[in-house]
Order: sequence, then structure tokens, then C-alpha cells
Amino acid sequence: MQKLLQLPVNAVNIVKSVQGVAQGQEEALSPVLTPDSGPQNWYSAVQPEELRHLRSGGTGGGGGSGGGEGSEDRPGQEEGLTSVQSQPLRHDDLKEMLDSNKDSLKLEAMKRIVAMIARGKNASDLFPAVVKNVACKNIEVKKLVYVYLVRYAEEQQDLALLSISTFQRGLKDPNQLIRASALRVLSSIRVTIIVPIMMLAIKEAASDMSPYVRKTAAHAIPKLHSLDPEQKDQLIEVIEKLLADKTTLVAGSVVMAFEEVCPDRIDLIHKNYRKLCNLLIDVEEWGQVVIINMLTRYARTQFLNPNINESLLEDSGEKAFYASDDEEDEDKKAEAATLAKRKPYVMDPDHRLLLRNTKPLLQSRNAAVVMAVAQLYFHLAPKAEVGIIAKALVRLMRSHSEVQYVVLQNVATMTIKRRGMFEPYLKSFYIRSTDPTQIKILKLEVLTNLANETNISTILREFQTYIKSMDKDFVAASIQAIGRCATNIGEVRDTCLNGLVQLLSNRDELVVAESVVVIKKLLQMQPEQHSDIIKHMAKLIDNIQVPMARASILWLIGEYCEHVPKIAPDVLRKMAKSFTNEEDIVKLQIINLAAKLYLTNSKQTKLLTQYVLNLAKYDQNYDIRDRARFIRQLIVPTDKSGALNKYAKKLFLALKPAPVLESPFKDRDHFQLGSLSHLLNAKAGGYQELPDWPESAPDPSVRNVEVKDSVIRLLERVTTLTSIPEWSKCTSRKDRKEKKVEKPFYSDSEGESGPTESADSESDSGSGSESASGSEESGSGSESEDSGEESESEEEEEDEEDQKKKRKKLDKTKPKKPVVESAESEQSSGAEDRKRVRKAVKNQKSASESESESESSESDDESEEESEEESESDTDIRKKKAPVSKQPPKQSKKESKKETQEMSLLDLDDFEPSPASAPVTPVNFLSSSLVSDLEGLSLTDTILAPTTIAPSGLIKMYELLHRITGEGLGVEYCFSRQPFSPDPNMVAVQIQFTNNTNSETKNLHIEEPRLQSGMRIREFAEIEVLAAGESVTVVMGIDFCDSTQAANFQLCSQGQKALRFHQKYLNFCSKDAQSTHTRKFFVSIQPPVGELMTPAFLTENDFKKEQGKLMGMNEISEKLTLGGKCVNEHVIVERVTATANLSRVPCGSDKECRFAGKTVSSGCLVLVTVATKDTGGAQLTVNCEKMVIGTMLVKDILQALSQ
Amino acid sequence: MIHSLFLVNASGDIFLEKHWKSVVSRSVCDYFFEALERATEPENVPPVIPTPHHYLINVLRHRIYFVAVIQSEVPPLFVIEFLHRVVDTFQDYFGVCTEAAIKDNVVVVYELLEEMLDNGFPLATESNILKELIKPPTILRTVVNTITGSTNVGEQLPTGQLSVVPWRRTGVKYTNNEAYFDVVEEIDAIIDKSGSTITAEIQGVIDACVKLTGMPDLTLSFMNPRLLDDVSFHPCVRFKRWEAERILSFIPPDGNFRLLSYHVSSQNLVAIPVYVKHNISFREGSSQGRFELTLGPKQTMGKAVESVLVSSQLPRGVLNANLNPSQGTYTFDPVTKLLSWDVGKINPQKLPSLKGSMSLQAGASKPDENPTINIQFKIQQLAISGLKVNRLDMYGEKYKPFKGIKYMTKAGKFQVRT
Repeated sequence: MQKLLQLPVNAVNIVKSVQGVAQGQEEALSPVLTPDSGPQNWYSAVQPEELRHLRSGGTGGGGGSGGGEGSEDRPGQEEGLTSVQSQPLRHDDLKEMLDSNKDSLKLEAMKRIVAMIARGKNASDLFPAVVKNVACKNIEVKKLVYVYLVRYAEEQQDLALLSISTFQRGLKDPNQLIRASALRVLSSIRVTIIVPIMMLAIKEAASDMSPYVRKTAAHAIPKLHSLDPEQKDQLIEVIEKLLADKTTLVAGSVVMAFEEVCPDRIDLIHKNYRKLCNLLIDVEEWGQVVIINMLTRYARTQFLNPNINESLLEDSGEKAFYASDDEEDEDKKAEAATLAKRKPYVMDPDHRLLLRNTKPLLQSRNAAVVMAVAQLYFHLAPKAEVGIIAKALVRLMRSHSEVQYVVLQNVATMTIKRRGMFEPYLKSFYIRSTDPTQIKILKLEVLTNLANETNISTILREFQTYIKSMDKDFVAASIQAIGRCATNIGEVRDTCLNGLVQLLSNRDELVVAESVVVIKKLLQMQPEQHSDIIKHMAKLIDNIQVPMARASILWLIGEYCEHVPKIAPDVLRKMAKSFTNEEDIVKLQIINLAAKLYLTNSKQTKLLTQYVLNLAKYDQNYDIRDRARFIRQLIVPTDKSGALNKYAKKLFLALKPAPVLESPFKDRDHFQLGSLSHLLNAKAGGYQELPDWPESAPDPSVRNVEVKDSVIRLLERVTTLTSIPEWSKCTSRKDRKEKKVEKPFYSDSEGESGPTESADSESDSGSGSESASGSEESGSGSESEDSGEESESEEEEEDEEDQKKKRKKLDKTKPKKPVVESAESEQSSGAEDRKRVRKAVKNQKSASESESESESSESDDESEEESEEESESDTDIRKKKAPVSKQPPKQSKKESKKETQEMSLLDLDDFEPSPASAPVTPVNFLSSSLVSDLEGLSLTDTILAPTTIAPSGLIKMYELLHRITGEGLGVEYCFSRQPFSPDPNMVAVQIQFTNNTNSETKNLHIEEPRLQSGMRIREFAEIEVLAAGESVTVVMGIDFCDSTQAANFQLCSQGQKALRFHQKYLNFCSKDAQSTHTRKFFVSIQPPVGELMTPAFLTENDFKKEQGKLMGMNEISEKLTLGGKCVNEHVIVERVTATANLSRVPCGSDKECRFAGKTVSSGCLVLVTVATKDTGGAQLTVNCEKMVIGTMLVKDILQALSQ
Repeated sequence: MIHSLFLVNASGDIFLEKHWKSVVSRSVCDYFFEALERATEPENVPPVIPTPHHYLINVLRHRIYFVAVIQSEVPPLFVIEFLHRVVDTFQDYFGVCTEAAIKDNVVVVYELLEEMLDNGFPLATESNILKELIKPPTILRTVVNTITGSTNVGEQLPTGQLSVVPWRRTGVKYTNNEAYFDVVEEIDAIIDKSGSTITAEIQGVIDACVKLTGMPDLTLSFMNPRLLDDVSFHPCVRFKRWEAERILSFIPPDGNFRLLSYHVSSQNLVAIPVYVKHNISFREGSSQGRFELTLGPKQTMGKAVESVLVSSQLPRGVLNANLNPSQGTYTFDPVTKLLSWDVGKINPQKLPSLKGSMSLQAGASKPDENPTINIQFKIQQLAISGLKVNRLDMYGEKYKPFKGIKYMTKAGKFQVRT
């Protein structure tokens, strides 16, 4: 009541509030009035407006935080009650403010109203007062009025119409942002009468000059559609128009509209498909998600399954892991089906385009984008390529737990189909005690799915720690997981079973109960061997109280009573005693047990059975009564019982199939991954099925677009600013292909292609100077060698300034057309130069596009434009730059940059552009000496962690087949040092095929391996098609039996006769002279000894212990003098790990470096010690059981270190 | 897409609601409250809750649940990621994202939400653009606003949304041009009972604070970029350039942003900077348990290990702990059974230890689970992976900026099993 007194003295107030105490209190709490202190209210009578404004503080929420608290928790009836009577009061107050002339008061009022809306209070009766202010000049007032309008227009349609004219005026405003915001609000007002106005506005905005307004129009489409679905046809027209839009700003929004309004009109996408693919990387992240999801669906309808043929080859390998039979059957069926219609599969270039353009988005910071790409790859990519998504998905596991939850759900589904993909990341799924339970259980699911013969032991060890967790739900799930591992992997079944039996003596009842249930399932698989376990469990029945566990034990004893003939009747006796106190499921099992015993051992149990059945007859539960009656009739022979009696034994003691413990994620992949439906495992509203692959590909020509280049360019120019980021829109596949063919691969091949390619010489020089500028940058990187200190020294900067000036001067002097000015362009570098180069390359591109012979003339025209199309070709150039950066290290330290450039220019042709489709290939060819130099420098002030240097970067490529001997097929290989997952005893060899011809090469595969005895090869899956200019990387496994003998085999391929004509003739020739033939090349792979091992992780103590075992004959020791560059420990580690695939063993002394590894095939330990002496000498010791390997390794390491 | 958003505080009250399409009654949150009740821990609420007509997707940040109402199929990560972005924006605006801060700034919050979503589809989520549209509240501005009646909403219409560099506004001006980069690495590890590493990974981020005039184009190169195994970028980074040259080339957003986060190749052995010697045991039959813990530095490259904090969830049977720390202070909460020990800096000469006894419930059997020990620490001026920034260059602008790099190593999820 005190509060009542504090109310502002206002006649109306008093009258109203006195009416009811309850309401009065509500008023006091109202956020609008701030009952701060008495006296102020007296003033408010004098100057109500000004003071109220001052009192209420800066923000609207301020009022609410004080008194508003109380009323908040009472929604519903009370709210309704008070609003009737008290609202006129507080709203009068606000209305007054809204009607005033002062913007500040209006603003204050609007802020409070918005605060009310935010708290879910009804403010609808202020509508007339608020809507008047829609034309207010003050932007913030206006915005808040919009907020209000959008919220309440639906309820007050007639009044809302008052505001429409304001928006219509806004739609004509010269400022694009005002046009956009007018459309945005207009379309958000859900009033059916204005549908025609909205329609008109949307149509107009869809052809607006400004892309931003067009984007808003795209947003408005689904709004109108949900308001009035009858407008669908007209809206689809607008969508079609906007889909053709070339700006990244619009793309995401319009695809969103497409998905909401007409997701089934896939035909609208055809013409825009390639454009969408190319724009994708520049679209904002939310748009990317929508577009990728849509394109996944699109691709499923338009392209062929890339795994048609591969499924045949790979399944056989994977099937061995699966124990369940029905799955195999399924596979067989699928195989049969694929066999029937097997024909060579060629990936549609558009399909490839999609895969290629989405791949970079795996690096997005936005988890939704990464997930979208991952599901796209999972559903669309050939099996061999799906693996790349694993790393990105594992990365997301570091994110917030909600993200983890969703990602793990999807990973769980993926691991069922493609286990190999996540196997290398097994440890990332290990569970921490701090994870929320739902995450723990999902991780457990993934771990279980990943388990196979090789890793099961580590996984089981991990599971053992989980069983000790405090989180009981999680412990139960862990036990089930062990059970599943045991059923899936026969080898560990006994181990698991023993482990679970041990758990039976656990103190925690839940653990015991869960183990019993799991053991029951396991025993069903091979009951004969485990009668002792059954006996053990029979003993447990006295102690275990959990009904499910009791029931399980009883069922087990009943089912296998023949294995425990002595115990079973005794158990029945005990149970009969306690029958009345048992739970229902236990009672049912007691009846079952009795019946089974009666059938097998009626002499001992007849009376017991009858006793139990009699008890059951009078049970409270009718299920139990029914069961008892049924069983009595069935087993106890009476004169009435019919023929069924004879079969009682068969009925009860039929052989029951062992249960298959399956993942709950088994069949989830028929939902599109990453979708809500997948997560819930139920179809959500509006979910679009992911269609099955078509039997035969629809006509791909529907995606062809007649490109009016100039128009597009103009459009893009209008919409983009000058400061374009240089990242790229990819060129179409065709351009890429042709360009690659034109590049000379090796310097020695230049002679061949030179003469015929004279017309293209400018493109050559273009790429030449481009890479020169690239190498300039890496040159400046190596510059830090001189300074020898942290990164940015003053000198360098000045140096740079100078350079810039120089560049500018040069640019001024240069004529602005693409001429072959290699001499000049060598010297200049930097951004300007790059542009020029791009131009030059573009000429080449456009030339090949038009396929005309008058290349130079046309390109001159085009080079005038400095448009962002250039960045398209940029993509390709960047790829080429990478290998060039190998150059600088060869320079002596004092050499000037200019020389560096020249050097690299000279050697340029030595390098092959790294192929786009070979993600695993090491792009960095930085020679080890550079690395060591750089790192040596960094060591001056701090000692780096030597163990963390990646040896993987130093992978050396070997040539398997030169492109000349291979008739255009170049093959290189390297030892990737990754574990070869199908067979851990094999060395993984990564082979990269490059097709340098201008025609496709087909059916690349291995034939007739001629191997030394004991050696084995696991071939890579046959490469169906290798398009001209493309490269592909595959991995094969070779078991070298720990010897350096070469593995010989034949590479077979089908291809057209190599045509060495100039590009421009190609189009004519390839049509006429298509003759295919099969080629075979004898090749051999000889491993360096260092590649025959895998790193082994030992502790210092283990190392010493092992070394002690490998003394004498097995120890080879050699003195050496370290090479000039081997200045410190760090370099030594670098060198040794580059020579041999060993891992560093931690070591207390800094004079010694230790490494350990195991031979791949037989797993013999290889221990290497390098002890440095102050004098510069060193002692190298290798301990290895295989003396041959030891000797060879010593030789190799010696050489590496003494360089 | 996103239909409505409800903010729910720790005690289960809805304190803010916002609708983008027609209004959804707040009673839909009852399904959420049900799930909340079922969950034993606050973080165990399932992120996606289906209801008869809607789907509720929620995230928990700063003890506030952000519950989004969805009506039809949408990638759940899309919504989750967006909600997190909303929280990040609030944090950016108000410094903290608490119930009080949101209530105090309810109008700004509303304006932000209005701009971030249009019809449930994200519109402007870049903080640079949002700040142009809606000025973040500062104390000074609040005072000025109350006196002059001016507003938080920008006077000029923003241009950022229209440019091709959507993350940077035009016309940025600074008197001191500076660019700071923080390389922060976190070690995630599980150490087993015997002290050997079960799994260890290094996750790093490079956070930048760039205050440069105009439209600078920066390139950042590393001494040893091959260390980076898996990276994710801010959208400003040119991906192709990275692919080809392993150089980060970008036009930076204005102000603070996360340039890069990376993962260091898991093939490498990770240097573990601390070791723990522990002896936590319970004797059968007695109501006492022994607790001994010693920390020591290991592979720290000569840098000091600071801000060490050890925490451990002791078994439920433990009633109290009577311990004696050689340095720092420890607390034991008998209700949650959480033991935490604020160690401070590790002195290699005198290793910090915590020894003493635990008292158990009398008569109860000894707990069969052993607690895991979580450790937090910081090492300044060291990136444990050995990553080093080589140089930072700027193109496109004339002035010479001040450039700074800081390295730090922290413990991420660092657990020792006992």
C-alpha cells in the first residue's frame, strides 16, 4: 500500500487505482512509471513531460529493471486483467509523449514501448499514436516505429494502412538504402490487403539498379509467399529473374527464396548452375550454406553416381570388417545391380566444378558452411575424395558444445558408411571428464563405429577408463559400447566378455546390471563355450536387484539350462520362493524359466513349475496371468490339449538368432546430412528429400549459357568496387584444361612444343613474369636472413619503399599493352605487375575461349578493361606460383633481389604446376636447406621445440614414369608417410598421374606385379578417366618386407595416340583421329631405406631399455663431422627425420638427439642416436635387429648430416 | 528460417522475446523448460528439441539460454552458429553478455536483432557493419544522449553492406596506425595415470587488433607455415594465396577480429609443458584418503609457467579435504565436491605441492573412481608449436604502421587421469 501512495498525483490515476488494490499494485510495478520517490511526483504535476523524461534515465530498459521484475513472471490471466484497466493510464502517458513535438520525447516513448514488446507485454492499443510517427524525420524514432509496426500491423490491419503511403514514397527515394528499408518494412507487414502493392514493389525492386535493393526484394519474396500463397506463379517469375543476377550480394538471398517458395523447380537452376558455383566463394557465409544445400540436391538429380564402379572394388576390402551377414547381402545385391549396368564412368565437368569450388569453403570459420560442404562431399564426391572433409569436421569439435553435438551426430552417421575417413582422427574422439553427457555418449558412438581389428585394443583400453567415470549414464553407455565392439569384432569377443564378467563384481549396481544385459547378448552368440560364465551369473541372482538384469540372467539360465543342468533347478527354486516380490518382467522370466526346465528336466522341476504357475495364476497383472494360463495349457499334457503340446519343446527351445547390436545411426544417411531431419531422425516440415542418383544422366547441355561477356563484365563492374579482393572466381573447367596443356612442363620439352606454340608465346612470358613476381615475394621472405632478427626491421622497410618507387617509375614508362617485355617485367614486381600479368594470361584465356586464330588482335581490346575477371585467371596463376618459391634458397645471402628474380625466371620451366585435384600432394617444395636456415635463425634467441617440426613437409617426389616415355602420361610418386589404413604392414605410396596429352586417358590401373617373394601390393582403385591436362593422386600400399628391393609392375592405360599438334588444331583433329590403344609401361618403385619405417613413440626410459637389448651385432656406430649447416640440434632433427620416417624421442641432454621407429612390415625397432660433440664432430649410433637396414640407414643419415 | 527468439535466464524466466514472422506464443518454451528439468546439468539440455509444431534450437552462453523457434527444415548448425554470432555481437557491444546488460540495453538489443535477421534469414552479421548502423553504447554517449536526446542509431546510412569488402567500412581514419597480432596456442591433452600422453593437440588462433587508416592490404607470412595442418580463416583472407604460397593476404576488418584459427599437425609430438605427480588413494575400510599432488615444469623452453590453476572433481564419497599447499591457496566445496587450487607461478627450484588427507563418509565403501585433474596454465612469449610470424607487409596505403606480435601458450582442455 505504500507504493500506492507513491503514484504520481494524477486524477485519473487515483480513481483507477483505488478501484482495486490488486490492480493498483500492478500499476506500481509497471515499467512505465518509475516510483522513485514521493516529492518528485509533485513536480511532475507542474512539468509533467520534461521531468518524466529526465527521471526515466537513458534507456527504456532502465525503468523495467527496477519494478518490472515482479510482473514479468506472471503472464496470462493477470496480464489480461491489468491491461484492461491500467493500460489506459500508462499509455496515456506515452501517447502524450508521442504526440509532442520533441523528437527526444518521442524517442523516449518509443524506447519504452519497444522495451515492453521485448518483454512480451501487449502494447497494441498504442497503435494509432505510434503509427502517426512513421513519417518522423528522426532515424531512430522511425526505426523503432518500424519495429512496432511490424509487430502489431497484423492485429490492426486498417490502421496499418495509414503507413503504407510513407513506404510507397520511400520506394521511390533516390537513396538505395532508403528504398531497401522501405521495401523491407512494407513486406514485413502481414496485411493481406496490401498484397498487390507488395507484389508491385517486389517486381520493381527486382530490377532495381542497386544490388542491395535487389537483395531486399529477394528477401521479400518468401514473406509475400507465406502471406498469400496464390501469388506463387508471379513470384517464381521474379525468382527466375533474380537467379540470373550476377552479384554475390543477391545470390544467397534469392536461393533462399527459391528454397522456400519453389524448391521443386530445379529446372530454374540449370542456366545459373555454373554461375552459382563460381560465385560461391564470395557469397556471404549464410548464403553459402543455403546455396550448397540446394546444389547438393540439384547435383543428385543431374549427375551420375561417381561411385557406381568403385563401390565394386572397395566393398570387398571393407566387408571383411563387418560381421553382420545381412549387410553383406545388401552389398551383394548392389554389386549385382552395378555389375549389370557397369560402364565406364565419366564425371560431368559441372559435377567436378561444384566439388572443386566448394572445397575451399571447408576452411570457413563458420561451422554451418563447413558442415554444408562436408555433406555435399559425402553425398556427391567419389569415395576417394570424401576423406578431405574429415579434418575440417574434426576441427569443429573444438567449437561450442552445441556445435559439437550436431557435428558428432553427423560424424556418427558418416563413420558407419566410411569408417576409414575418420580413423586417423580416432584420438580426437577420446572423451574428457568435463564433456557434457550427451557429447560423451555421441563420442562413444563414434569410437565404437571406428573400432576395428587394428585399433580395438587401444579403444578398449580407453573404454576401461570410461567405466570408472562418475557419470553413470555414461558408464552404462560405455558398457554397451564394449558389447557392440565385441559383437562386431570376433577377435576381441573373449577379451570383452572377460572384462564384462569382471565388472559383475563391481560395487555399483547399475554397472553390474548393464553388464549382465550386455553379457546376455554376447553369450547368445556362442553359448557352448561359456557355461562357467552362466554359472557365475546364476550366483549373482542373489545380489542383483535391478529387474532388467535379473530378468536377463533368468532368461539366460532358461535358454541354456542344458549347459548348467545342476544349477538351473536350484535357481528356479530360489525364484519360486521370492516370486511374489519380483517385478513384472522378472516374473515373466521366472515363468519362462519354469516352462523351459519343465520341458527339459521335468523330473526335478515338475512340482516347482506347477507351484510357480499357480502363483502366477493369481497375480495382479493380467499379462502374467495370461502367460501362466497359456504356458500351462501348452506344456502340461492334458486330454484337452491338442496337437500343439507335441511341439512345445520346439516352440520354447527353438534356436534363437543372436541379436545384432547395431548403431542407432545405421540408417540415418537417407536423410541429407547436416539437416534438421537427420538430427531428429524424423522428417521435419519442409524437408526436401535427397533424390537418388539418376540411372542415366540428364542432358548436360541445359546448363550451357550463351555468354555475353561484355554484358556480364559491365554488370559486375557496376556492382563491385575497385578494391576487389584478389580471391578468385574459378574459371570454367574448359579454360583450365586448355591452359594447362599449353604450359611447357619441363625445360627439355620446350623444344618440342616451342615452334608450334609460337602464337602463344605471350602467354608463356606472361606466366613467366608472374611467377617472377611471386618469387620476388618469397625472395623478400628469405631476405630476413640478412637481418637475422625478428621480422620487421627498419632497413627492410626503407628498402621496400625504394622498390615501390622504382616500380612506379617503371610502370609509367611502360606502354599499356601486353607486349612480350620479359626483361622489364622481371624487374618490376608487386601489384601493378601482377595485374599486367593477369591481363596477359587473360588474353590467352579469351583466345582459347573464342577458339579463333586471331588471338592477339582480340586480346588487345580486352586488355583495356581492368575488370575483376582477371582474378579468375588469377586462380590458376597462384597455383603455379607455389613451386617457384623453391628458388631463393640457392642465392647467396648478399645477392640482390633482382638477381633472385632472374634466377627464378631462368629455371622457371623446371616446375610443373601443382595439380588442382591433388590435395595431398606436398605443395611446398621448399628445400630443406632453406628451412633449416630460417629455423636456424629463429633459434638465435629462443630454443624451439624441436619435436614439433613436421617432417611431412619435406616429402620428396620421385619420378615413376617420365612423360615422354609415358607417351604423355607423367607419373610421380612419393612416400606420404601416412599410415596405410587398409593394411598397416604396407608402406603408403602416393602416386600422382598427370595427363600431359590433349586427350583423355582411361582405365589407368596396375597389372602383373612382379615382386620378390613375400612382397605384396595393394593396388589403387582403377582410375576410370584422366582428362587431358588433369592430374590425379592415388595411394597404393606396398609391403616391401623390410627390404629395399624394388617393386616392379606394369601401369596400363588406354588413351588416344598422342597428338602433338598445336592447340588450335586440336578441335579438328580430335574429332577425326580418335583411335584408342592400350599402353603398358614397366615401372618400379624402390624405397629408400628410411621410408620402410614408421615412427614409434617411446619415452626416454623405454628407449634406453630397448637400446640395451639391441647391443652388439645389432648396433652400428659411426663417427662423422657435421656439415656446415648442421649448426644445432634443430637442424639435425630436421635432417634425420627427412631421411627416415622416425620420430623424436624426448631426451634430457641437449647434446643428444634420439629417434625411434619401427619397420613397417615386421615391426622391428629402429633406434637412432646422434650425439654431438663440442668439437663439431658427432657420433651416430643405429640399433636395429635387421642389420641390413641398420647399415643402410647409417649410410643415408651420414650423408644427410654431413652435407 | 528463424521464427522467434526467446532469451531465458538461469532461473528459467523468459526475459526477452523477438519475433521475425508472426508472433509465436511464449508457451512454446514450456517444452524447453521440460527438457531443462530433465537435464541434470545445465549443459545437458539437448540443443534441438522437437515440439508438435515447432522445433526449438538453443544455445547456452553466459548462463543464458538463447532459444530459437524454427518451423521447418533448416540446417541446425546454421541456427546454432547464428545464435553464437548474436552472443558474440552482444559481447562486443556491451562488454559482457549478461541478463543485466541485455536488460539495460534492451533497445539496442532489439535494434541489433532487427538488423541481423530479416524474415528469419541473416542479413548483416559483420560487426563492422552493425556498428555503423547502431553505435555501441558507451558511458559518455549514454550521458550525452540523455542530455541532448540524440541517438544510438547512426546518422549516416552505412555503405559497408554495399561494398565488395563487406567486413570493412570505408573512410576509416586513425592518427596512430597500429596493427597487433596475438598468437595464442592452446594445448589439449589427456595424460594417463602413468604420465604418458594419450592424446595431445595444439590448437591456435591469431587474434588481431588492426587500427589502420584507409584500405590497407596486409600480408602476413610465417617462418614455418607447414606447421599449420588445418586452418580456418576469417572471410577476409584470400584462400588461393594461402593455398599457393602459404601467405595470409587480406584486407583487414576494422578493429578486433579473429584472423585465423589453426590446428597443428597431429603427427608431431606435442611438448607438454607441465607434469603432475599424484598419489590419490583411498584405503579399504578406513574413512581416510590420501591426497598428494606435485606440479613441475617440463619442456617449457625456459619460459615460466604462470597462472596455474588445478581443479578436480573429487568422488561423491569425500566429505572434506584437509590439505596443505606449499604455495597458493586451495578451496574445497563440500557440496559440489570440487577442489580447486590456485597455484600461481611454478618455481622450478621449489615445486608446488598439495598434500593432505581426505575424510570419507564413515562406513561407506571406498569410491572406485579416481578423479581427473584439470590444469590451466599460461606461458607468455611462447608459441609451443614453434610457429613464428616472419613478417607483416602492408600495401595500398602510404603511411608506416606500428606492428606488434605477441605469443602465448595456454592450457586448453588439459586433463590428467589418476
